[in-house]
Amino acid sequence: MYMPDYEYHAPGNLAEACALLGELGGKVTVLAGGSDVLHKMKIGSLAPDHLVSLKNLKELREIRYEQGRGVVIGALVTHDGIYRSQLLQEHFLSLPMAAHTMANTQITNIGTIGGNIVNGSPLADLPPILVALGASVKLVGRSGERVLPLEEFIVGPGKTVIAQDEILTEIVIPDQATTGSTYKKFGLRKSGALAVVSVAAAVTVEGGTITDARIVLGAVAPVPLRAKSAEASLKGKKVSDAAIEEAAAAAAADSRPISDLRGSDEYRRELVRVFTKRALRKAIDEGHV
Amino acid sequence: MSNVITDKDGVKRYLITLHVNGDEHTILVKGNTTLTNALRDQLDLTGTKRGCELGDCGSCTVLFDGRPINSCMKLAVEAEGHDIVTIEGVAANGELDAIQQSMINHAAVQCGYCTPGMVLSAKALLTRNPHPTEPEVREAIAGNLCRCTGYVHIVEAVLAASRGDLIPDDAKHTMAGGAK
Repeated sequence: MYMPDYEYHAPGNLAEACALLGELGGKVTVLAGGSDVLHKMKIGSLAPDHLVSLKNLKELREIRYEQGRGVVIGALVTHDGIYRSQLLQEHFLSLPMAAHTMANTQITNIGTIGGNIVNGSPLADLPPILVALGASVKLVGRSGERVLPLEEFIVGPGKTVIAQDEILTEIVIPDQATTGSTYKKFGLRKSGALAVVSVAAAVTVEGGTITDARIVLGAVAPVPLRAKSAEASLKGKKVSDAAIEEAAAAAAADSRPISDLRGSDEYRRELVRVFTKRALRKAIDEGHV
Repeated sequence: MSNVITDKDGVKRYLITLHVNGDEHTILVKGNTTLTNALRDQLDLTGTKRGCELGDCGSCTVLFDGRPINSCMKLAVEAEGHDIVTIEGVAANGELDAIQQSMINHAAVQCGYCTPGMVLSAKALLTRNPHPTEPEVREAIAGNLCRCTGYVHIVEAVLAASRGDLIPDDAKHTMAGGAK
């Protein structure tokens, strides 16, 4: 299985990379880990004229905590790197677990968090929990940088707002007011299966009352979808089975699934209800897990 | 990057140095040559198998800085400067690794196509975690698909290797008075 010919570039630093991306004509693809890009080139859905590798941008391989900003994750951290990060395991265990269970070891050692986001797949595992935690992304281009909520970054299947000369450099999870968060995924196998449905939830519970909730649905809309009526239904309610059931039903109504080889729309809608219920219960009872 | 040679059609080839099984190899590759193909076609390390070539089956597994990766999902030009171990580099000084010996003892090899990748995934696991549980073994080899064995003998072989239990089953039966 061979890939099309393209010109390979490996700029030495971020400024060079942005300059190069701005100058190159034709179809240009940025290479992070390669687990998506190589796959697409092999099956023939991607045939770039230029491939720009980020392998020399070593500063994007770090995870650190910055006072006032939160947890800063370099875009080139691999899924395995996220799984093994003590900082992330202590604060938001759901993110390391989402990274760990998304694929087999040979892929989690290659794929990166930045690639997972820029790929823009509606069934990607990291965006739902990151959106639930209010994460933002930093984009650096020739003329400067901008920071925007991840929720506004992905706009359709495989579509993001990134400009030709921009590189996603950091994902930032802000300090949380939330008291719990979790990510639940339903796949057709135990290992390496794509999500049929996934649900991320982040809740703020004060004295038995839900003061805030974010629920993000994966694989049931063109983008990771905020279940806004489900979120609204929880606000100000006392924690109860009835409140959770009501929110789960609202999330199912919020979802816009399609039928494909992994499941029918009807089946997916029911899965959204069941997994929203489980995710909310877990985030409320167990904290950031 | 090192030297680039452009042919008359404008296709570029890169002179790269790969660090494989403790040796340095300088080879010429195209920008779209996968690590699998460079290892097999240029270094004759054909123990790294081409299976699905899409990152699903794990038959092309190599250790990349000690971690298992699918070499079909890695460009050769991206492997420069990293430490690569293929199945040919697992047996030290002509002696099989404990995992390899254990796979033989437990008849964990049938057609054998998945075996190199299976051994390397197990090797990475036992290096990091010398005494894994059965679920940990199963998780570690989840990216290595075997269509012959049903995995039972493979899992037993890895667990036996982790215990240092390398006496072949037949010999054990003889010592215990012999079932057969």
